[in-house]
Amino acid sequence: MTNPYMPHLAKIIRIIPQIDDVRLFQIRLEDEKIRNEFRHRPGQFVMISVLGTGEAPISISSSPTRTGIIELCIRKAGKVTDALFRLKENAVIGIRGPYGNGYFMERIKGNNLLIVAGGIGMAPLRSLLWYSLDNRDDFKDIILMYGTKTPNEMLFKDELFSLLDRGDIKCLLTVDKDDTGTWKTNVGVVTRLFDMISLSPETTYAAICGPPIMYQFVLQKLIECGFSKNRIMMSLERRMQCGIGKCLHCSVGHKYTCTDGPIFTYWDVMNMQEVV
Amino acid sequence: MKFLKLPTNNLHEFILNLRKIGEVHIPIKKGEKSFVFRKTNEPEDISKIQLDYHRTILPLKKYFYHPTETMFEFSKTGFVQPEQSSDVHDIIFGVHACDIHGVLTLDLVFSGKYRDDYYFNRRKNVSLIGLSCMPDEFCFCNSMATDYVEIGFDLFLSEIPGAYIVRIGTSKGDDMLNLSGPLLEEITHNDIDAHKEYSLARKKAFKRFLDIRNLPEIMDLEYESNLWDELGNRCTSCGTCSMVCPTCYCYRIFDDINMDMESGKRRRQWDCCLFRDHAMVAGGHNFRQSRSDRFKHRWLHKQQSFAGVFGRPSCVGCGRCIEACPAKIDIVAESNKIQGAKNND
Repeated sequence: MTNPYMPHLAKIIRIIPQIDDVRLFQIRLEDEKIRNEFRHRPGQFVMISVLGTGEAPISISSSPTRTGIIELCIRKAGKVTDALFRLKENAVIGIRGPYGNGYFMERIKGNNLLIVAGGIGMAPLRSLLWYSLDNRDDFKDIILMYGTKTPNEMLFKDELFSLLDRGDIKCLLTVDKDDTGTWKTNVGVVTRLFDMISLSPETTYAAICGPPIMYQFVLQKLIECGFSKNRIMMSLERRMQCGIGKCLHCSVGHKYTCTDGPIFTYWDVMNMQEVV
Repeated sequence: MKFLKLPTNNLHEFILNLRKIGEVHIPIKKGEKSFVFRKTNEPEDISKIQLDYHRTILPLKKYFYHPTETMFEFSKTGFVQPEQSSDVHDIIFGVHACDIHGVLTLDLVFSGKYRDDYYFNRRKNVSLIGLSCMPDEFCFCNSMATDYVEIGFDLFLSEIPGAYIVRIGTSKGDDMLNLSGPLLEEITHNDIDAHKEYSLARKKAFKRFLDIRNLPEIMDLEYESNLWDELGNRCTSCGTCSMVCPTCYCYRIFDDINMDMESGKRRRQWDCCLFRDHAMVAGGHNFRQSRSDRFKHRWLHKQQSFAGVFGRPSCVGCGRCIEACPAKIDIVAESNKIQGAKNND
């Protein structure tokens, strides 16, 4: 009998600081068999346990194409993540999952992919980004738009800057305000980036993740561009407790964010109440 | 399905025989107007049975899904699941149709891709013996189509004058009857007529009605109605309606740490979507900040959202939430109101 609530032990092998209150945790499952069998899809999440403090749902930031290590980009925002930030490398945590639907890769295949991220929203989208780059032939054009308030708040900065020179992805980075005076690329809100590209909505899937205000403006922009609502994928945030569609803490209407989501199309979301 | 007749005079002995194969639980009186299912520790306890009870304080979920439970223990070295298997065979006697539907509903929730064996390890050891009932002023199971059951019981006893018609639902139920062979009789045509009369009389005895067919649609249309604010103001978020509901199953998961600050228990506890922090996420944002939103969410989930997932509303019309609400919120009357119907339409 396997107990779906039982976490597996995992070791924090490296903690890479990102910005003030965000760190990238590299996690390795202790048990070799479980580690080798761990498979996830971009957009899925895991439940992490800091023993004695509790569990929290965290989206997976690493691509399924990079196996062995699970990367979790985490903002210190609550009880469990506070406790996690007190842990050091080599500390042991619990992990179970992966859970949720993930991005609809089968449908996206053969299409253009537009990724629009704001702030911490890059965390789940980074998995999608590297998955699509590692399976580059499966997609037509890949465009990344990522905006943060200031240069200092940009996650995965080195990694993303290295994409600026690549010919097989259009990487557009922007900041609302450059308070450092050293920012070399775009300044302005993320929707401004839409003026720099031309999109073919009939053959493009858009994946968005960011703060509510960004959703509002990006959705408006995409609809103006002519996107069908079922070609727009959004990631919803809820406080999952069971992760397996039972405890109801993540319910939105008749959907469970943990099993039906966390990736929903804009069409799904439009028919839900209390979404953001 | 097979039917037999159990004369009322033989009921006591029939229950006594059940004690040979398991622990028998029966409805007994708790307070002046309240009832509970309680184990019969001694044969004499059977005489305390209340055959005309309307509803127990807590539904059957208390047997399978404990208010709090330890899921596993943890230490620095790993996780250990406590032994949960039990050879005890519980027989719950006198379960009404609505409560059987309640159990069937929870079976749906806890099964599926991720099976919850905390629930099923207890559930599999329990037999249910149903009992027919006449509605009181709170019952609306006929509106929820849960006033009869086809599955979910081992035996079902339907009252007729001087006897019960016993419907045998499972092989286990058949075994139970075999213990009491001489106490049972074949049913006659008169018994069938008496049973049909009882059924008709019961149908006429319901005092409240809810049209669930257009309720989800009307609730969607009236999503912004002031009625929800009024109800939110009256509701105290105490959670009583959820605790007594046969099909409320929300829970929260938390860690209890030992004094060594290393080991401890992961536990779960019944939760309620009316509680303020139910839809709160890290960082403090609350997706259902106002009480009216939470109230609306609970009733919408019962009547609409649950059906979206499992094909039928989860409410079984037992009337517990109406009887138990300290703010005297009558959700059926309020639903009638939102549908624009005059009561008893």
